[in-house]
Amino acid sequence: MNLYDIMGPVMVGPSSSHTAGAVRIGLISRKLLGEQVQKAEILFHGSFLATGTGHGTDRAVIAGLLGMAQDDLRIPKSFELARKQGMEWTFGRAYLKDVHPNSVKLRLTGESGRNLEIVASSPGGGRVEICQMDGLSTTFSGDIPVLIVHNEDSPGHVAAAASLLADAGINIASMRLSRDQRNGSAVMVLECDQEIPEETVRMIENMKGIQKAASLAGMD
Amino acid sequence: MGFESMADMEKAAAAGKIPLWKAVMEEDMKERSVSMKETMDKMRERYQAMKQADTDYEENLKSFSGLSGGDGANMQRLVREGEAVSGGFMGMVVTRALKMGESNACMKRIVAAPTAGACGVVPAVFLTYEQFYGIPERTMTEGLFMAAGTGQVIARRASISGAQGGCQAEVGTASAMCAAALTSIRGGSNEQILSAGAFAMKSLLGLVCDPLGGLVEIPCIRRNVTGAVSAVACSDMAMAGILTRVPFDEVIDAMGEIGEMMPGGLKETSQAGLAVTETGKRVALDLAKRNQTPQC
Repeated sequence: MNLYDIMGPVMVGPSSSHTAGAVRIGLISRKLLGEQVQKAEILFHGSFLATGTGHGTDRAVIAGLLGMAQDDLRIPKSFELARKQGMEWTFGRAYLKDVHPNSVKLRLTGESGRNLEIVASSPGGGRVEICQMDGLSTTFSGDIPVLIVHNEDSPGHVAAAASLLADAGINIASMRLSRDQRNGSAVMVLECDQEIPEETVRMIENMKGIQKAASLAGMD
Repeated sequence: MGFESMADMEKAAAAGKIPLWKAVMEEDMKERSVSMKETMDKMRERYQAMKQADTDYEENLKSFSGLSGGDGANMQRLVREGEAVSGGFMGMVVTRALKMGESNACMKRIVAAPTAGACGVVPAVFLTYEQFYGIPERTMTEGLFMAAGTGQVIARRASISGAQGGCQAEVGTASAMCAAALTSIRGGSNEQILSAGAFAMKSLLGLVCDPLGGLVEIPCIRRNVTGAVSAVACSDMAMAGILTRVPFDEVIDAMGEIGEMMPGGLKETSQAGLAVTETGKRVALDLAKRNQTPQC
């Protein structure tokens, strides 16, 4: 942990895992969706389900989906704000396999009709981990910049994307590749030490065999 | 990552002929590739956020569960009336620890130090010491480096999570961070700084995490008081020249080991201890009724 993980974060209480982490999961999901959230189905698991309301986990997730960060004083009032924006949401329960007790599954629909399903955990200290995206398992934190590329499950795409990142002077910190056997597509998640320029993302997206590419700025 | 041990921190400080807090700061500058100004500014912002949180306390606020709120103000009245046996300084430490813990429970903005559950310990002592002794903010900020560096070593060697190590890992860590840092601010030697930290950690070894209804309220808020008051006493002992027999690093390792041996029911699961007393069970039941999550 770095020095400011210990002396921090600055956050709205009461719990770094159940409140700050939940806001962060909402915020990362909102960014991954790439547009305003119209509908959200929020399914809590484990300890999030058992003690979430008392910790404001429900309000925290909604706050994140509205684009708020963990220190936003409007977090306790997120339901009212979401209602004003016309967001619809439901809460429920989920039994998720092999995840941390503090986990949640989000099914989101954006204003243009775009869909995204996320499974994420909040193991403590406000840190989070995105475990699944649209049914494909992954792992990244959102702390440092990340590039997410959906591609055809065929040779050469990882090398091509990595080479474009190298050209832009970007160092890869970690990478994870997973594939969906059903439709022959794969997703690569590359955590990087530097912010990824929009231009590089577009170049990767325009390569043959790439379905879509998106980047997320680091949040630390 | 910070230092692997307090001994390593001491070595780095000795090698550079600098105080411990500065060794911590330089390690952070190296690790995150930032300038001294950047990290100094960031730490000062954290300190100012603590002050803001203290100022923003609202006496009439109640937590969602209805279990907490208003006690910081009650304590402050006792101190103002001159009725606190613990005196003006300690009375205000108690007051501020309560206020911060309550603000956290009421979803106000706080600084996790090292966690939200233990957020009252460091500011209670720091703000009160600055106020009573007229210490420049710069010196207090340097002290925060000492506190954070200590927490970093504890996180690395043991744990700062109640779910992993019980309350000793949260309030125990906060108290040790605070005792070491206060002693640093007071100009104690490295040996005195480490002794203060060791005393504070030793005093809270074995403390379990058994909150009512799984909420960061009872007994967490009062335990912030315990951690803060003990940190002041431990710093005083060290400044009096009383030194620890067991080195701080060994105390930290003992805390980690105790945390591993601690039954799961006493590590933030609310399955034992205070959480399952008659009152604890009643609170949990009331909460379940108020839980608005459908079909849960």
